[in-house]
Amino acid sequence: MIAEFGLAALWLAAALALLQLVAGVAVLKQGETASPAISALVRPSAAIQGVLAAVAFLALLVVFHQTDLSVKLVAENSHSDKPWIFKIAGAWGNHEGSMLLWVTIMSLAGALIALLERRLPEPTMIATLSAQAFTGLGFYAFLLFSSNPFERLAPPAPQGMGLNPLLQDIGLAFHPPTLYFGYVGLSIAFSFAVGALITRQVTPDFARAMRPWVLGAWIFLTLGITAGSYWAYYELGWGGWWFWDPVENASLMPWLAATALLHSASVLAARDALRAWTIMLGVVAFSMSMIGTFLVRSGILTSVHAFAVDPERGSFILALLAINIGGALTLFALRASTVAEGERFSVTSREGALVVNNVALSAILGIVLLGTLYPLLTEAFGVRVSVGPPYFNPVSAIFFLPMLLVLAVGPLLRWRQDSLGRVQKQVVLIAVVILAALAGVAFSTSIGILPLLGIALSLGIAVASFMPLIGRSILRVPLATWGMVVAHFGVAVALFGAACDSAFTQERLLAAQVGETTQLGPWTVTLEGVDPVAGPNWTAIEGRLSARYGDGRPTEITPQSRNFWTPPQETNEAALLTRWNGQLYAVIGEEGEDDRWQLRLWWKPFVTLIWYGGALISLGGLLALIGRVANDLRRRSVQRRGATRRGEQPS
Amino acid sequence: MNVPLKPKHQRLILVLIALAALIGAGLLAAWALRSQASYFFVPSEMAARPPEPGQAVRLGGMVQIGSVKTDADGVTVRFVVGDGEARIPVRYAGILPDLFVEGSGVVAEGRLGADGTFVADNLLAKHDENYVPRELEHMTEAQMRAAVEETTQ
Repeated sequence: MIAEFGLAALWLAAALALLQLVAGVAVLKQGETASPAISALVRPSAAIQGVLAAVAFLALLVVFHQTDLSVKLVAENSHSDKPWIFKIAGAWGNHEGSMLLWVTIMSLAGALIALLERRLPEPTMIATLSAQAFTGLGFYAFLLFSSNPFERLAPPAPQGMGLNPLLQDIGLAFHPPTLYFGYVGLSIAFSFAVGALITRQVTPDFARAMRPWVLGAWIFLTLGITAGSYWAYYELGWGGWWFWDPVENASLMPWLAATALLHSASVLAARDALRAWTIMLGVVAFSMSMIGTFLVRSGILTSVHAFAVDPERGSFILALLAINIGGALTLFALRASTVAEGERFSVTSREGALVVNNVALSAILGIVLLGTLYPLLTEAFGVRVSVGPPYFNPVSAIFFLPMLLVLAVGPLLRWRQDSLGRVQKQVVLIAVVILAALAGVAFSTSIGILPLLGIALSLGIAVASFMPLIGRSILRVPLATWGMVVAHFGVAVALFGAACDSAFTQERLLAAQVGETTQLGPWTVTLEGVDPVAGPNWTAIEGRLSARYGDGRPTEITPQSRNFWTPPQETNEAALLTRWNGQLYAVIGEEGEDDRWQLRLWWKPFVTLIWYGGALISLGGLLALIGRVANDLRRRSVQRRGATRRGEQPS
Repeated sequence: MNVPLKPKHQRLILVLIALAALIGAGLLAAWALRSQASYFFVPSEMAARPPEPGQAVRLGGMVQIGSVKTDADGVTVRFVVGDGEARIPVRYAGILPDLFVEGSGVVAEGRLGADGTFVADNLLAKHDENYVPRELEHMTEAQMRAAVEETTQ
């Protein structure tokens, strides 16, 4: 019953999206003569559509919580013995459920702008909501015609088929929704861009209306990527934190585009420059979200993320991609020339630095995109290749490292026109820090060129990121500026962690008997024992290791090798021992001959800074978002008061 | 260059710089992809046209039954990968991936040594019982059967 209720809500939501689109297009067609009755339909349709989609998603959560095995999706992906939190998370741990989650977040976001956004001219808003409805309709069609999450199973299954144990982790409960919030935020930015393009209103107001959505999307993407990276690090047991796996790239590409969009939207909002470019980035950012979804969901890649190995679904997403992006790019080609050129600026100015940031990010985006698609391209010609770190690391570094230099100096420059002479002291200080670090590290160690540059630049940026605060009263610095400072400092922190990890990681692989002790860098590790242990749906062997750092007290860590039974699968649960200056990472393998156990140990100095950096970057985004929204609210209330006062005067 | 550029030139120059950088990135990527992409071999291809020693490549095939041996150090594993036509010996130091079993598919990332042994840095075995490495999907039923029969001799 609940399943049918959910399905009905989904159909109704789709119908409202259609109404929203038709009414919106009618209003835009008729222009000035449009009937107010029709244009009054658009915003409420969006709002009610959001509520209905949320109801549908709630219905799915309920059937998963009840483990209603007469629903096909539940029978295929859940199990009555699973802990309840994983039952709920299982609702979106599969293709259909995750697409429903996507559509729900998208409609809720649409409802929010329909209810709250009043800054833009009404025709632009109606064009924006129509674009949003158009994109939404495609996804509703996808859900209802080829991925119905509420499909019944007759007769009901006696028991569910479980859930991939690799995904049975608290990380799963939060990782995909976080990324979806990001993808969907970019769909709002896309709708704003299309709306602005249709009505030729590419103004600073448009950038200000779009910016919170881009910021929000960017915060979620940053968090999602950071969490996903940590998940891969501890769950896969390979000791790496980024593999340039196509699925990781699928989340990185929208992030790169969103980062560029965030910065160009700031230029447009503050200075009314980079108009066409910002529109273009809005289109590109959402395209990357859709390409990411296509790569991950079409089954074209084989990985834990590819739930749907179904060519029909792949073609459907590809068609959606082609219609939305092709349409938007055509519109852009037709209209871009009519978008008047924005304000001008000199090369050494804040805008100039941000242009460098944008171009470099776009170049990196292109490099990652080509590297991700290349294996698919060559496969069409019968050649099978894979592309990994030897391509991605050096090639993206060519653009990444210069961009970091500009990141250090750019925030010190003034808008429109400035000279390096004015900020000479700061620039010299940054240069001294970077060169001193380069020389110091190069002489004391013999690490690779990329980690070396990474360490030096991260120290330079760490110092530079706080310089915009110099000479300002700390209490009166706007929250958005604090956001920039924190986010840029986060870049330095993450870069330092990544560079140290790749430069100084030590690894030990051994087959140890119980009682055997080994040295790894500053660590002394002893295998104290190996015990069998059992969990709710798995059994495992657990190694008891005692690890001692230097002369410190020993700490016990317990890596496991787990066997799940529904479906049968083995996973290595790494054990981590975290200190302020790094992590000890231990994995246990099988029992070899003569009672020896395979152990793999890593000492990873400062590796945790990678994720702390990611968290700082998100925090910076959050501060900026709060600052911007608070500013906007303040301005609105001032305007309202002004309007009331003006209204009172004549009387 | 502290004077703003002439009005009509600025947009053009920005577009040109952006285009140059993006095209440069594209060319660089294309060049790097040709040299850095790691090619996939099945044992018969590797035997017929061996890759340059030291070049990063991937080898995929079936782990021959009875071929998995562990060295005295307890962590170096040697096994033979076959596809029914040729066999390539593989050496790997590390913890074997989940569900690495004889008679089943594996993809090894690494390089071919001068002595004809493939030195693997990483092994990709199946994630679960339904998973076949993408690169092995092309093997026809007959090839699969032949490979398995060969390994059971």
